Amino acid sequence: MTTIAELPPGFADKVLSAQSTFRSVMDAMARPGSVQRIVPGAGTPDRMMRGTAAIALTLFDHDTPLWLDARMAESSDVLKWLKFHTGAPVVQDTSIASFALISDGALLPALDRFALGTSEYPDRSTTVILQVERLDAGRSFELRGPGIDGAARLQASIKPFDLFERLAFNEPLFPRGIDVVLVADDAVVAIPRTTRIVSKES
Amino acid sequence: MRQVLSKGSVNPVTQHNTQQAQRKAAMAVLAHAEAGEIAARLRDLALDVALPPHQDLRAPENGLVMLRGRAGGDGAPFNLGEATVSRAAVRLASGEVGFGYTLGRDGEKARLIALCDALVQSRDFGGAVERDVIAPLREQLMVRRKQAAAETAATKVDFYTMVRGEG
Repeated sequence: MTTIAELPPGFADKVLSAQSTFRSVMDAMARPGSVQRIVPGAGTPDRMMRGTAAIALTLFDHDTPLWLDARMAESSDVLKWLKFHTGAPVVQDTSIASFALISDGALLPALDRFALGTSEYPDRSTTVILQVERLDAGRSFELRGPGIDGAARLQASIKPFDLFERLAFNEPLFPRGIDVVLVADDAVVAIPRTTRIVSKES
Repeated sequence: MRQVLSKGSVNPVTQHNTQQAQRKAAMAVLAHAEAGEIAARLRDLALDVALPPHQDLRAPENGLVMLRGRAGGDGAPFNLGEATVSRAAVRLASGEVGFGYTLGRDGEKARLIALCDALVQSRDFGGAVERDVIAPLREQLMVRRKQAAAETAATKVDFYTMVRGEG
């Protein structure tokens, strides 16, 4: 009868923690490339970062089909935790997922396999939540686009290394496309579909 | 090799069912008890035995459940209306997870029920909780129910139809 014995807890204060996490993600989306902090208020299952767990508790519910990469999907801790706290259905089909959780960038599938939304409902696309190594050091990227005054500089060590090249596929799709949220522990950076990478140096 | 079963071994399925029945019975009592009474009894219990450390797995939250009825008791189901329900989940340090559901908006009561449910499952505290918390509350509940039944019974009126003597 200890089937969920090792289950980490959810938010201690559901309303305030969810509001503050939502605010961080919203600010990250509004200012692409800026690093926002999430105040960790929840337990985290194995293989999930604190920021990812907080985002999961805030944004996922039974109406948001969820796709997990192979590393997360094989962990029964993660599956049980998500099921108990969010109730989000885990799906195998990437093209119907509202969110995709990627714990290891090497397992990121081809981006065109995700839901891209429709011209009438561009919001029905997959939001990819990608756990990365660091968002304060590493290769330097220059970002431009709506929400950025001039250019924003982002330093990050990201796997897959060609993530931004792969995200260029968003360009001809607009208004359809994929939004990406990068998480490194409690730091969050959003790369919405309108953001373009201008240059990078190593 | 011959397998030797010790005399005291219990079929795990039977054990599981017994525990489920016990938790069900405890929940039936706790859901009808006052939050203050449960808290007081748990406090008294804590004086005798140190309760294990525990944490909120799911902090108390309020929500609505749809109540469904059936016309005439066995007819087509229909939605009667919604009721407010509070729920919580508590985990003991030893791993037992308890759940609490109760009508109304008293989140603290849901948390206390969840804690009792977790303790009932625990090998070390199950007996003590059953004896010092659930049994007295069950007795109180029975007394209250009996009293209400007696008060209602006192107002019972029997109607007779008089038959006229002729004919």
